[in-house]
Amino acid sequence: MNEPAGRASYAYAVARSFDPALLEGVRGVDDAEVHVVPYREIVAVVSSVPLAEFDESALRAKLERLPWLEATARAHHAVVDSVAAHSVTLPLRLATVYRGDERVTEVLRQSYPRFRTALDRLAGKVELGVKVYTQPPATAPATSPSSSSPGRDYLRRRRAQHRARDDAWQRAAAAATRVDTALAKLAVDSRHRPPQSPQLSGARGENVLNVAYLVDAERAEELAAWAGRLEAEAPGARVEVTGPWAPYSFALPDGEEPA
Amino acid sequence: MTEPTGLLARRNGQGSSANLADVLERVLDKGVVIAGDIRINLLDVELLTIKLRLLVASVQTAKELGIDWWEHDPTLTTRAGRR
Repeated sequence: MNEPAGRASYAYAVARSFDPALLEGVRGVDDAEVHVVPYREIVAVVSSVPLAEFDESALRAKLERLPWLEATARAHHAVVDSVAAHSVTLPLRLATVYRGDERVTEVLRQSYPRFRTALDRLAGKVELGVKVYTQPPATAPATSPSSSSPGRDYLRRRRAQHRARDDAWQRAAAAATRVDTALAKLAVDSRHRPPQSPQLSGARGENVLNVAYLVDAERAEELAAWAGRLEAEAPGARVEVTGPWAPYSFALPDGEEPA
Repeated sequence: MTEPTGLLARRNGQGSSANLADVLERVLDKGVVIAGDIRINLLDVELLTIKLRLLVASVQTAKELGIDWWEHDPTLTTRAGRR
């Protein structure tokens, strides 16, 4: 079990140093206990995983399986979330794996200035997710007493449905603009993401806005309250707030694209 | 939504209760990219590029909706366009 050969280090996050005892009992991917790898006043949070299950070909195969992907993504996120509860945290992307803790130390040493800069920028901030959805129009208007032409009735009904959908979308889009404008003022930064697919997310309505805001932690409640108020003022739109999240969407400075 | 305190107070529970689509878009598309020793480019993973853009809410929800391509569709071609 503790055989170092054949083991790899799965890294979840880089953070400012904190008491590692706070992570006691926290388990990561593969249900492995997590520990910290320190370098100066920063740490990487890692767990030991079997190399055979996390080497390139194993990972490639497993990432194609949604149940595994879901379990791993949730485990990864749970660790990031635990770390973020105690310290300024830089979440790493899923499946960042090294051949051992010494390699992790080396990476911390190499990228130290970059990590320090990012951690300083994110100190005291949290990420909130805000989505605006269309409010699905009340079920299609009851069909008026039919004329003698069923074909024409059908077309009229279809047109009415389309119009109702367009209207719902436009109302939600207008609300989304107001929401984004207002909330961006409370935030220190924002990132827009593609809307999520309604068919598959299971959410009611169509997602017209999907944005992450970086906000001072003490203003998070204020931003959420604002979102609630804006929703109340915008019938026809549903506003959903998620978080606070560790600052995943702001881990890279604006404009810096992943290599 | 009228109870933002309730919402944000959930902080510690979020690890397990967060919507999978929200988690995936963060752990896969965001976060710091540092080169690992295990070279795996998430963009090369077909499931991720082709299908994950759909951002499944949860395996259970997807199954309820009759979406189970990850079990029956190793070629990743036929059913993607159906949604």
